Amino acid sequence: MNAMTETGLRVLSYSEAIREAMAIAMENDPTVILMGEDIGVYGGAFQVTLDLVDRFGPDRVMDTPISELGGAGVAVGAALTGLKPIYEFQFSDFAMLAMEQIVNQAAKLRYMLGGEASVPVVFRLPAGSGTGAAAQHSQSIEAWFGHVPGLKVLQPATPEDAKGMLLSALADPDPVMIFEHKLLYKMKGHVPEGSYLTPIGKALVRRSGTDLTIVAGSIMVHRALEAAERLAAEGISAEVIDLRSIRPIDAETILASVRKTGRLMVVYEGVKAFGVGAEISAMVAESDAFDHLDAPILRLGAADAPVPYNPDLERAAVPQVETIEAAARRLARREV
Amino acid sequence: MTSDAPATDNRPFAIRTYAPAQLREALRRMYLIRRFEEGAEDSYMRGLIHGTMHLSIGQEASAMATCMELTDADKITSTHRGHGHCIAKGADVGRMFAEFFGKETGYCHGRGGSMHIADVRTGNLGANGIVGGGLPIAVGAALTAKRLGRDDVTVCFFGDGANNEGAFHEALNMASVWKLPVIFVCENNGYGMSTAVTRSTAVRHIADRASAYSMPGITVDGNDFSAVAEAVHAAIVRARAGDGPSLVENVTYRWRGHSKSDRNRYRTKEEIEEWMTRDPIARFRSELIAHGILDEAAADAVAAEAMAEVEAGIAFAKSSPAPAIGDVTRYVYAEN
Repeated sequence: MNAMTETGLRVLSYSEAIREAMAIAMENDPTVILMGEDIGVYGGAFQVTLDLVDRFGPDRVMDTPISELGGAGVAVGAALTGLKPIYEFQFSDFAMLAMEQIVNQAAKLRYMLGGEASVPVVFRLPAGSGTGAAAQHSQSIEAWFGHVPGLKVLQPATPEDAKGMLLSALADPDPVMIFEHKLLYKMKGHVPEGSYLTPIGKALVRRSGTDLTIVAGSIMVHRALEAAERLAAEGISAEVIDLRSIRPIDAETILASVRKTGRLMVVYEGVKAFGVGAEISAMVAESDAFDHLDAPILRLGAADAPVPYNPDLERAAVPQVETIEAAARRLARREV
Repeated sequence: MTSDAPATDNRPFAIRTYAPAQLREALRRMYLIRRFEEGAEDSYMRGLIHGTMHLSIGQEASAMATCMELTDADKITSTHRGHGHCIAKGADVGRMFAEFFGKETGYCHGRGGSMHIADVRTGNLGANGIVGGGLPIAVGAALTAKRLGRDDVTVCFFGDGANNEGAFHEALNMASVWKLPVIFVCENNGYGMSTAVTRSTAVRHIADRASAYSMPGITVDGNDFSAVAEAVHAAIVRARAGDGPSLVENVTYRWRGHSKSDRNRYRTKEEIEEWMTRDPIARFRSELIAHGILDEAAADAVAAEAMAEVEAGIAFAKSSPAPAIGDVTRYVYAEN
């Protein structure tokens, strides 16, 4: 649990970091509660809530019936009246059962009521493919919520951000959705002790470069970084931006990078069409950064198909290190 | 409430339970609801209100008797047919008219209109444009009360149409499993838009649904003030005692169409006229006079007071400023 790196920094897994954030919040604020399916003694489908029910009891770590619409709605009503609920969807795909409460209620209540109400609810959503769970348990639907004013939509890529973003989400008076990639839960990294806030809506340049800009979110950040490392050996210098938040989106960091490199590629796990890549591409095309472009913008997203079961098909359906590397090379050589 | 009624008192529940001043105020608010909605309808015809609205004329006893014992700490969730609930819970009709007129002085600063009218300070968490939308939210509000150790209750108004939404079943189940202080009040006016309850609902009485969720369910004459007040009183006592939720079905009728687009093709003129002979306001007024709470002149004075309040409300709304066009995105998120 408290492993140290060679540099003496404390290391936690992504799921441990999320759990630590929840524990800190619950210790500091009696209005924070957790709700979700099998989050108590079972510890959650991905063991993120693990032993929290032992520490905080079943009144604050509430197993809900398999009722996503109702459960999310109870969280919204509780948030509206003074609690700070964290509602865990067992899989992000199941949020579709609760769209009414997320989109029609949580996102709009402050506006519909002219600023007289606040819904400080946090939805946690395990997302992404790579687990062999096929089409209804592997989707990346974060962009859907990017279309909804009133929501904030986050995608932490590292254990440090997973903790800091959850604490920021809890401190935020508006509804926040955090998409956690299932393949990242076991990933380890440095996580500071105690409470800290990762700013919402601020992207981070994870690797500086001069030849092209790769904007990526969640697990795609790691794939993009690995691809950038390989390209560096060929003398191609890629800048990798961790988007972190798709609503609000950090235009400033992205545009500054494009002005510098003149080439842009957006990598995301959602279906390519109408996705995060379309939004970022259009944002650049509508700005002065357009004048700095030396090549067309590239989007790398998921295949235009549901997530398949067969492991080779599943792998082929979403961007991998090799595909990112190849696309980046083509972009750098202006072969697009 | 007065508790000095003799044991053998067989006067109607409201007469033997509430003080004369409370009864007079209840009559005044029922007139206020009627005159408010007539005023809103008239303003709509004159083009002062755009959009649509759903009038509850004919259902005033259900709204007022249900709210009779609620304090500002108690919450309600309302429906698209929610003007009566709002007034019964204590809203100011001037600010309501201002909202309908789309003015900055309205309860929602002109952002919500009739379908989202709310008054959080008096515990009204809002009308709702989505059938069944308020049900899980009400359960969440009740969860907050229980978690924070408060003894306030939440009344969840919904219509007969909502009883076939999944949210209804999920909400009732969770409220019962967690023994939450919520009173589900169904206003059964016979039709979900044009579809008769007999054609949409498998059970004879919507209150029969309660047995599936192990809670008391009762069907009462929703145009009989005392019958509603007595049923809701028992449910409030049960909720405040920590014994969990109840379902009360008020059978009533809307005199007007579903909304402004309704051509009344699904019901007969005779049916509407027959229900108009069961006017809940006239009935309550007669009861108060018969039991010596008021005389005819005093009742007329109450009605005149309501009329004057509505006229003043319309004048206030007319003279209020509209929201600034530049503020179109204000209230989407909390302001720092």
